Amino acid sequence: MTRLRLVSVPEHEPTYELDDAMTRRMKALACTAPLHDLDARKGMLDWVDAGIYQMAEIALHMIDKVTIAMDFDSGADHERMINKVTPFVAAQAPDRPNTEHARVAGWVLDNLLNVGTVDRGFRRVYGELDEGGTYRRRAFDFKLLVERAGTDGQVYLRATDEAINVLVGALDTDVESAQVAAELKLEHLISSGRLAEAKLAAEQARYRTVQFGETLRGRLDATRRDVRAVDWEREIPELLDSALRHVEARFRAESAILRDITAARDDTEDIEQKRRAAELVDIVGDCIRRHTQLQARLQSAGAVFRAEQDRQQFSGPAKRAAIDLYGQLLTPILDQPVGTAARPLEAYFRAAAGIRPPTATSLPSLVSLLLRPAPERAKVVGEVPDPQLAPSEDSERFSEEQWRMADELLDLPEVGRELSGLLAEAAERDPELARLVALRAVHAYSPEVGAAVRSGQGRMLVAVATGRTIETEVYGGDELLLTSAEISAETGTAEDGTDQES
Amino acid sequence: MSANVTLSDAESAARLVAFGLRPKQVPSRDVVYADLVRRYGEDSVFKQLTNGVAAGMGLMVLDVSAGSGIVLAANEESAFETKMDSYARAAKIRDRRETEKVLHGIIHLAVAALGFPRPDDLANDTYVGRVSVEQVDGVVREACRVLDERAAGKGDPLVDAPELEHAWQAYMRRPEAAATKDGRLAADSTRGMVSRALRFLAEQGFLVAVNADAEGVYRTTHRYQVQVRELAADNAFAELLELGVVTVPESGGSLRTSTVDTL
Repeated sequence: MTRLRLVSVPEHEPTYELDDAMTRRMKALACTAPLHDLDARKGMLDWVDAGIYQMAEIALHMIDKVTIAMDFDSGADHERMINKVTPFVAAQAPDRPNTEHARVAGWVLDNLLNVGTVDRGFRRVYGELDEGGTYRRRAFDFKLLVERAGTDGQVYLRATDEAINVLVGALDTDVESAQVAAELKLEHLISSGRLAEAKLAAEQARYRTVQFGETLRGRLDATRRDVRAVDWEREIPELLDSALRHVEARFRAESAILRDITAARDDTEDIEQKRRAAELVDIVGDCIRRHTQLQARLQSAGAVFRAEQDRQQFSGPAKRAAIDLYGQLLTPILDQPVGTAARPLEAYFRAAAGIRPPTATSLPSLVSLLLRPAPERAKVVGEVPDPQLAPSEDSERFSEEQWRMADELLDLPEVGRELSGLLAEAAERDPELARLVALRAVHAYSPEVGAAVRSGQGRMLVAVATGRTIETEVYGGDELLLTSAEISAETGTAEDGTDQES
Repeated sequence: MSANVTLSDAESAARLVAFGLRPKQVPSRDVVYADLVRRYGEDSVFKQLTNGVAAGMGLMVLDVSAGSGIVLAANEESAFETKMDSYARAAKIRDRRETEKVLHGIIHLAVAALGFPRPDDLANDTYVGRVSVEQVDGVVREACRVLDERAAGKGDPLVDAPELEHAWQAYMRRPEAAATKDGRLAADSTRGMVSRALRFLAEQGFLVAVNADAEGVYRTTHRYQVQVRELAADNAFAELLELGVVTVPESGGSLRTSTVDTL
């Protein structure tokens, strides 16, 4: 990685090398975290007893399906994906209703998108040593599935590079070399007759092809929009060349594989082998179809560039000097930190947004406003209004003074007192106070010791029933014996003895 | 200014400025407007008077032409100023407000950069650019990708200094589209923000929808070109210079030209 070149102190070099690999591995690890998270959080779902579902598996399956559905132009929409994954969910819990399966699939999809956050992505914090050897915490932002707007305005799902890497388990590898490796492996596996693994390798090869096509699609799209955004001097010719070479090689390899497998399918006696070989034929056939698609794009790429260059470059001589908006403003500003970029952008906006006459209401305009037909529903949801929250009035049932007095009464170290006595004493001071004391006494019956230990309280109020009953005008019920029990921090539990006997 | 300015001259000058406040009105559709524009070009006293009236209201006359009429810009703190704060008010959380403003600003700048891709286009009065939601978002994302590649994965933002996060990182992180429950495009996705910007600019008379069928495709107007060329680009550039960011312009802009033998 280029990072190594920046190292100025030679003796630190090994540290950085280690550091770099570490960062890569940390990032790779981070990509799997959302999947583990799904299983960790499934217990919190209140609409389903989710223990039976293996959420991470469903998530992987979902990413699988989305990746396969991706091609040059679009992906699959939410509903289709949920429909495709539902059978897999159903297989995990056949006796649950189908609506639940679909809902689980939808939940997994939402979580892979991380719906509910503004950026719809994930963030993991990792640390690395900078040039000076200081430990710095950095945030790694990534996404697994993204939503893209299709040409028809529909929202489609696509798997990101991170997701494809997590899926195929080939973390931190080069797309092209991984493709070659996968194919060599495939041939080897077929020649040694291990078809199940061959199928896996063929599927991996297909993901790689999809990923490769995705890279290319982005570059071609960018060229169509703006020739100069893409480096057509070196980067793209190289990319196209290597892509064409690869497609050629893959055609050869896969045609050979297809021949072999077809032969294997027809020759073998073993039904299972036959079925697997047939599956493999399908997959390889699909790979070849995708390569054809890729090749067609590759061949037209040069023409796209020339046409776009003609369209975008031809112009008369410059009339006068003007600023190059893209090169001199947009790119430099994008490269600034958010805090710094705000000022030039605000300066730009103020001047470019035009003027806005202050609105003054007049009766004629109000009338026409009221008579105007209802506006059509916009495509975009409007701004969400900031809710004005009025502070709730007087939410406290008891005043602070009452709580303080109750604390005083219920502070009973090493002595036990009966509830009836406490109530009588409290009622003398304030009738409402008695009510608070009674409530707290009932609350102290069988208290949550664990919670008190965790919150680090020294003491807690404990109540036990004495077997007698209280009968007063206001209160009735079991007589309770109250005391403040010490919590011993060493053992991490309340001393049970005090608890029971006091 | 000479003494023979009459009350009716002042009224005419103010009327011309008032026409400028209605950006969709054009001289070709209004005889009075066309008359005033012509007078502005011919009568230097009237020109000064108009400029003076505008200046008194905190406005600046950028251009007066028969095509798009009078183009005005608001000075800072003018009553006519469009404030970024009010435009980007959707941000609810304080920390995010800055990011939100930056994203809106980038989108507005990208609309202009796409509408006038080369310096020549900005300078050429007859040039008409086309923009669409998809293209604007694509231009910014591509620029972000190049910057991301240049950073080579070293630029992950520091956790304890979120304001040092680069603008391109903030943009890249925001999803381009996000489906809402009722199947519409979420307003805080970048495409949602772009389409809001385009609609806003169309309302200001800077863009015109190409046709009603192909939703979201607009062409630029002369008014927009003037606004960007005469004021906005320079203002932003001056701010950048103050930050010490200097880019050396190439003669052909940043458009790449290929050598002859590849053609």
